[in-house]
Amino acid sequence: MGKGDVKLLGTWPSPYVMRVKIALNLKSVDYEYQEDNLENKSELLLKSNPVYKKIPILLHGGKPICESLIIVQYIDEAWSGIGPSILPSDPYDRAVARFWAAYIDDEFYPARAVNRIVVANGEEAKAAAVKELKDALVLLEEAFLKISGEGKPFFGGDKIGYLDIALGSLLGWLTVTEKTFNVKLFEEATTPRLVSWVDSFCKHPAVKDELPDTHKLSEYAHNVVYPHLKEVAAAAAN
Amino acid sequence: MGENEIDEGLKVYGFSISPFTRKVEMTLNLKGIKYEHIEEDLNNKSSDLLRYNPVHKATPVLLHNGNPLPESLIIMEYIDDTWTDADPIMPPDPYDRAMVRFWANFIDTKLVPAIKVAVLRECEEEEHEKKIEEAKHWVKTIENVLGEKKKFFGGEKIGYLDIAAIWLIGWVPAMQEAAGWELISKEKFPFLSAWTQEMLSHQVVRDNLPHRDPLHAYYVWRLSGFKPELTPVFK
Repeated sequence: MGKGDVKLLGTWPSPYVMRVKIALNLKSVDYEYQEDNLENKSELLLKSNPVYKKIPILLHGGKPICESLIIVQYIDEAWSGIGPSILPSDPYDRAVARFWAAYIDDEFYPARAVNRIVVANGEEAKAAAVKELKDALVLLEEAFLKISGEGKPFFGGDKIGYLDIALGSLLGWLTVTEKTFNVKLFEEATTPRLVSWVDSFCKHPAVKDELPDTHKLSEYAHNVVYPHLKEVAAAAAN
Repeated sequence: MGENEIDEGLKVYGFSISPFTRKVEMTLNLKGIKYEHIEEDLNNKSSDLLRYNPVHKATPVLLHNGNPLPESLIIMEYIDDTWTDADPIMPPDPYDRAMVRFWANFIDTKLVPAIKVAVLRECEEEEHEKKIEEAKHWVKTIENVLGEKKKFFGGEKIGYLDIAAIWLIGWVPAMQEAAGWELISKEKFPFLSAWTQEMLSHQVVRDNLPHRDPLHAYYVWRLSGFKPELTPVFK
């Protein structure tokens, strides 16, 4: 199968696109990447994802698959037997990984935690939003202890897996949050296993070339994302 | 394990009037898997429920050999992966699997909320017409997934997406009846209508839908403007 068979539509700041890239790297899949523009969405984007009009979109043999976690599962199943498996093989472990990945997307980021920090009015509100995010990380630390096994570097155990990808893709944005608001999210005192995990994840061969430039991301956050979030919050308040 | 024995290690902590609980139980019943149902009062959650689902504190939760699992769609795939003797509800092909996961998620996150807003008028009065059009658009979208030819979303047999869509069969009619008008009519949505009849012709589906009266009472209560912070139990 040639490169033309697999195409990824994305945007460079998106952590969701990063998930798909890591999964494709793990399976050594050759693909064509197309940078899309959310201010001026391509025909292909709108045709391939008419329901949500969002990236990432994976096109395999021209057929579109949408939603990053669904795409990652698809990659695991379509290229099963090639490279490492991404989801756990045991049905219960697989279900638990799916549960935490859904938690990460629905509860942790972006809707609740990080956005709340950005739009918070005043120091008290900000501190409360930061605490919410840190509490969620403690929950994920506990999950890590239960899921990964004694002394293992990843949620997936010895190797990187679905949940590592789901959370790890957000690290660039979490770093930007830490720098912007002068907070430390991952700490030895409260999340020691996750602190080591961040290091292991970022060094992984399937990940390291996909890590975003946090400077560029920070600029993008300040110029585009944060103003937009504040606008949305202000409109909702009226 | 004999066919009529309950697997001691299998329990469903549920709230019977909720489609999320019913999706799980329909899956178990379709596969002939026996389990114990424990009814939760959402205003007075059991300590077991809180222990087994500390993150969301919600139903349904499946407890299998002491291992708890929340989230209906995740539970459904777990059941499919674990009880492999029975017919699978997920399609075998990776692309088809991605599609049913996508559409099941669409039903929960986009379709159902849009229908509720339109039928229960949970919006500003001037927005209502727009909300009705939006809801119809999403209903048409899922009808197009079904298409003209297929008996079920799963093809010839009831599958994951059919079960994920049971809200349309078991809950929407009662909601529309309480509201006094039909968003999803037979004329406007003929394929969905045919699918509904096909589904209702199956005993397992009929047995797993809530009774009309408590559901109707619930929607009448919702329509009267009460916010559902405290969910009354309608018998």
